[in-house]
Amino acid sequence: MKTTGAGAMKSSGRSWMERMQGQCITMAHGSGGKAMRELVEELFVAAFDNPLLAAMDDQAVVPLDELQTQGNRLAFTTDSYVVSPLVFPGGSIGELAVNGTINDLAMSGAMPRFLSCGMILEEGLPIGELADIVHRMRDAAIRSGVTIVTGDTKVVERGAADKLFINTAGIGIIKPGVAIGSDRARPGDAVILNGAIGDHGIAILLARNELALESSVESDTQPLHSLVAAMLDACPGIHCLRDATRGGVATVLNEFAASSKVGIRVIESSLPIHESVRGACEILGLDPLYLANEGKLVAIVPREQAQTVVEAMRRHPAGLESAIIGEVVEASPGGVVMATAFGGTRVVDTLVGDQLPRIC
Amino acid sequence: MKFVDEFRDPQKAERILHDIRALASTLMRGRTRPLGIMEVCGGHTHTIFRYGINRMLPCEVEFIHGPGCPVCVLPRGRVDDCIALAQRPGVIMTTFGDAMRVTGSKKNLLQARAEGADVRMVYSPLDALKLARAHPDREIVFFALGFETTMPSTALTVLQAQREGLTNFSLFCNHITIIPTIKAVLDSPDLHVDAFLGPGHVSMVIGTESYRFIADHYRRPIVIAGFEPLDILHSVWMVLKQLAERRCEVENQYRRVVPDAGNAPALEAIATVFELREFFEWRGLGSIDYSGVRMRAPFASFDAERKFSLPNIAIADPTACQCGEVLKGAIKPNQCKVFGTTCTPDSPMGALMVSTEGACAAYYNYGWLDRTKTGTAAPRA
Repeated sequence: MKTTGAGAMKSSGRSWMERMQGQCITMAHGSGGKAMRELVEELFVAAFDNPLLAAMDDQAVVPLDELQTQGNRLAFTTDSYVVSPLVFPGGSIGELAVNGTINDLAMSGAMPRFLSCGMILEEGLPIGELADIVHRMRDAAIRSGVTIVTGDTKVVERGAADKLFINTAGIGIIKPGVAIGSDRARPGDAVILNGAIGDHGIAILLARNELALESSVESDTQPLHSLVAAMLDACPGIHCLRDATRGGVATVLNEFAASSKVGIRVIESSLPIHESVRGACEILGLDPLYLANEGKLVAIVPREQAQTVVEAMRRHPAGLESAIIGEVVEASPGGVVMATAFGGTRVVDTLVGDQLPRIC
Repeated sequence: MKFVDEFRDPQKAERILHDIRALASTLMRGRTRPLGIMEVCGGHTHTIFRYGINRMLPCEVEFIHGPGCPVCVLPRGRVDDCIALAQRPGVIMTTFGDAMRVTGSKKNLLQARAEGADVRMVYSPLDALKLARAHPDREIVFFALGFETTMPSTALTVLQAQREGLTNFSLFCNHITIIPTIKAVLDSPDLHVDAFLGPGHVSMVIGTESYRFIADHYRRPIVIAGFEPLDILHSVWMVLKQLAERRCEVENQYRRVVPDAGNAPALEAIATVFELREFFEWRGLGSIDYSGVRMRAPFASFDAERKFSLPNIAIADPTACQCGEVLKGAIKPNQCKVFGTTCTPDSPMGALMVSTEGACAAYYNYGWLDRTKTGTAAPRA
């Protein structure tokens, strides 16, 4: 939050949040002056509540000795979140910003520990809306056992951003012996998915209210690090792991196939997909394989351990619907094919641009 | 899922395929060329590739992917006109999702939006009317395109705008009509089509009798087909049966949706608002007489072409493209000189590479297994 100096700014008995009821973000909240210091201290520092952040220095200073007992390598990642609307069925930009970065770390097998939080606020954003998002971030971080230890706040003029953008960077620790990489898939390996696809993509599409469709689909945003830990316990030699976010499962499979120079064969009938998502895809002419997810991972593991991994995943709340969805093959290196439920075979290619609803 | 899964049953598919194989092998006696079945509609092309139906059929039966993707066949000059309109101050351009990616001579609507034009995706032309009500100080243009499938909703939207007395709504009309197009394809000397799968959604509006000339005059069987994979297989079986029995008829496989007489209120709305244009240019096929529609004179105030001056410059198809030959079944998409090299979905040069329903784009995205099988192209990494 890059605001030095300590001391909470209290005045006239009412708390800052009470005084800010109905107020909006103004350029003053990014000016570096009193309004900004109040925002940072009374909202961010108070919500994320930890000694490293409360020190209010320009950087979080992290002792290494404890980390060294947990592993021998650091994983370090960053991601920016620009979703609209800010709150949608099943989550918000706040949960996405925490869970998404946790998941990027987890896909290397790392245990996430610390996050940063960069906020870009648009002038006019109601402070109550911002506070709601910040508290959702706090809750998501507490649930996952990560600490938000440093941050930054900028305010841009109305029209220069879409209400609120969040950047989170994260640091995690990887245990010795874990070696996961997208180039490690081998013919004979099994392809595993931890649950139903497309929920997030459809939830966002419907939340934008551009479609006259009603549905109960909720985003699947969730942290996956403890699921990955359970998977690594069952099979320390997992070959590939990736969360299937933008571009969906199809994109991840194509990346694995290209990096590992192997073919991947998916069995359509084994793909977990909720009926409501299937229905929405049918109406809109969308392919669920390309829809975004925020709590789904694709794993490639040695065939002989696949069933053990799936059983371990199904015992975890984030993996109840886990399934083997296909296999790695020698044929068509670099490509992904799908045996359709109808009995045919089709190519699952990477998309050019976003999926757009078809004309008829 | 009810009313969907019933039409995707692999066991039923296998039974129909068994019958198709038997019919195809009988029909191939004395023939050297596979039986060519043209699916006119882009929706059928999509189903065929999505479910791998082309790979399930015996090699004696081949699909020829027809001109039924309205996004693909829109000429580049019309897209340029649309972009010029979108770039006018005060205009909000609205259209369907896949129309935003169709490229003119230089760019598409998505690129125009990135450069500052106000272009919005809508799911119905009525959504464009909502925008017109919400922004009385802006001019809302709906970029209308499609066959008779989408024409009624556009017509009803114009009638609604007229009833409300809206003055800030207009239509950039690029609707096209299917029958002259099929006729143009049939008149081509290098056509290799033995039978047709008729478009399901279009027929829901125009009915089945309009296709009578195909059977009577051109002696080709036609079956109006639905869009589920079993619909397609069933329709293929029906046309093969006609060929085997030396019949040429119009049959309706999609009876659950398509009434033989069509939809009278929809046809009436179309006839009220639109009239045929003498000439309309198609990408890949050139000008086809009376194949496009424009708005009738009483609706001139809702006609963007009359309301605004447009550049209206015709832009020739690239000479290297062989879209026309692909559409007529003379060559396969991957036999085109520029397929997969200078013409790809990322950078479409020809019409059929533009939308995912275009024959070349479908072949490119879904079809490399087939190209590998026939040894005509290597799989992409």
